[in-house]
Amino acid sequence: MAEFFEMNGYGLYIWGAYGATGAIFFALFALTLYKTLRLKRERRLLEKE
Amino acid sequence: MFGYANPKKYKTLSHYIFLTAVILATLFLGFGLYLALIASPPDYQQSETVRIMYVHVPAAWLSMFIYVSMAVAALVLTIWKHTLAGFYIRAAAPIGAAFTAACLISGALWGQPTWGTWWVWDARLTSVLILFFLYLGAIALNNAYDNPDKGNQASAWLVLIGSVNLPIIKFSVEWWNTLHQPASLTSLSKITSPGIHPDMLTPLLVMAFGFLCLYGAMVILRLDNEILGRKIHVLRLRTING
Repeated sequence: MAEFFEMNGYGLYIWGAYGATGAIFFALFALTLYKTLRLKRERRLLEKE
Repeated sequence: MFGYANPKKYKTLSHYIFLTAVILATLFLGFGLYLALIASPPDYQQSETVRIMYVHVPAAWLSMFIYVSMAVAALVLTIWKHTLAGFYIRAAAPIGAAFTAACLISGALWGQPTWGTWWVWDARLTSVLILFFLYLGAIALNNAYDNPDKGNQASAWLVLIGSVNLPIIKFSVEWWNTLHQPASLTSLSKITSPGIHPDMLTPLLVMAFGFLCLYGAMVILRLDNEILGRKIHVLRLRTING
């Protein structure tokens, strides 16, 4: 298992690349979902008025 | 075709496309990660670092593809003034910027062990960095006006002018002497006999399709937000005007 993560000494670069890509898309997806919820709440409030 | 450029007709289609894109993205990215990190062999020269290719190259392809689609939308917005084209530019630009950032970061992490440097100002790397700034510029212009339609049109002009950068990115490795290698997959004929072993080509294509589906799901979610945002804008105006 440790060998798999070490990747022949290149683990930092490989996991860095995959981790950074994953983090970027996770952040974008989370922000988009947050905006969706915020907008839906705002529409409900405006329709009540 | 323009029938679907109507936000109401778009909404009925988008739900099904979104679900399909989410399912396909999960399946293809899951299988792609297994192939990329476990099943595919290390390269005889680059050793394990070749695994960065399976995230770097699809991210680069998507960054170009999204910009081309934005340029088409910008043209449609400028000529036919279709509202949905403006929404599309707003929705796609942050995703394009994310793919370009992923391409640049993974490229730097691949460059250090392979070339011995994180970054060089060669034509390919610099033109991709310019693409990233073009995405940021489009996002900034979209939000720079109180009237969102004016912002969309200003952004569309920037996208159209910036499309000059696309052939520069594509052919930079041929026009100039760059540290970046030329493309291994340049045309359809090269996919059948490419300069890359099938054991490496398969995860590359699976990851690329997974990224494409991820893009499809995210752009639909963001387009829905844009449409909802416009409805809220109208509701606010009605509230203000009584």
